[in-house]
Amino acid sequence: MMPESLRQALCSALISWADDELLLGHRDSEWTGLGPIIEADIALSSMAQDEMGHALAWYELAHSLGAPDPDRLVFERGPEAYRNATLLELPRGDWAFCLLRHYLFDMAEWVRLEAWRQIPWEPWSDLAERITREEKYHLLHDRTWLERLAFGTEESRHRLQGALIDLWPHALGLWEAPEGEDLLVQAGWITGSDQLQARWEAEVRAYLGGLGLQIPDVPPRAGGRYGRHTEHLAPLLEAMQLVYRSIPGAKW
Amino acid sequence: MARAGWKFNPYHHRIPEALERARHPVPPADTEWPVWEVFRQPERGEPHVHVGSVHAPDAQMALVLAKEQFSRREPCVQLWVVRAEAIFATPYEDADIFEPALDRTYRLAAGYKVRPRINQAASSSEEPSS
Repeated sequence: MMPESLRQALCSALISWADDELLLGHRDSEWTGLGPIIEADIALSSMAQDEMGHALAWYELAHSLGAPDPDRLVFERGPEAYRNATLLELPRGDWAFCLLRHYLFDMAEWVRLEAWRQIPWEPWSDLAERITREEKYHLLHDRTWLERLAFGTEESRHRLQGALIDLWPHALGLWEAPEGEDLLVQAGWITGSDQLQARWEAEVRAYLGGLGLQIPDVPPRAGGRYGRHTEHLAPLLEAMQLVYRSIPGAKW
Repeated sequence: MARAGWKFNPYHHRIPEALERARHPVPPADTEWPVWEVFRQPERGEPHVHVGSVHAPDAQMALVLAKEQFSRREPCVQLWVVRAEAIFATPYEDADIFEPALDRTYRLAAGYKVRPRINQAASSSEEPSS
């Protein structure tokens, strides 16, 4: 039998990460029908489904540990109860912003999955293993676009650099430790966010530097993992939860 | 650190924005991307089969985009992309060159009665070896 404090910390870690995936999937889906060309539109829409699929899988794992079921977690929580990093709630922006956010997140997911594959609990490590396969493509997709935007035209380069300035503090916020993480680290379950951040930053700084981009020297925008969000989350949830909340408890 | 004069597009502006675009269509760009024909191989050793085409500025982007267009539902171990302009075709007007003028049924394998022998070989190999 697992101690209650440990169980809660596991749920908190899973839900934080699932919230990130869900909101990224939602923002991706806002490009459906509006992508720059139909092929890119379809590819990104498909990735939106992937991210929402990952979210569902992590919510279900948390549910198996006693958290509410995924529908209730997604549709019944208000902004203050969401545990995502603010990076994922920012509105969809332009194509450079979308692809750069994706890369920053997918790289973080990659580093995290690498660590999670070692977790001494099979349902968790197996899931990390399976999701890694999809992330391999996501990173290939993101990098293919970023390299073309970085070395495309003056405008594409300018937009990409601008997006990096806007995104960077929020991307650092990805590594704010969720509630109870120290307990999981002590128990040997997971690698601490600070260590993962160091791995992520080494990778991301080298890559973006190679694209000729300047990374701003700013502090992280933290708080998301504790419910302190930007003004952009509430309207997103309002749109996402509208149908569910119209007839609470209905079976569709 | 937000740039001056740059605003996020909130979600609920999507539909009006799309309608606005439809009312004022952008003229076709002179930078339209070339077409790449896509071939999917369902498993190793099988032929690569033509499944459609994508627009892309170069081969890597063509492969990245083709992956989501053509391998989401079907099995795939490899994709090929080929510039459409690198493919040469016979004209349909000359399709009669493929019609045999005389009896060429001897070229068809249908005359060979091998099925009974295949069945026989299959059933004998299924018997447990003692």
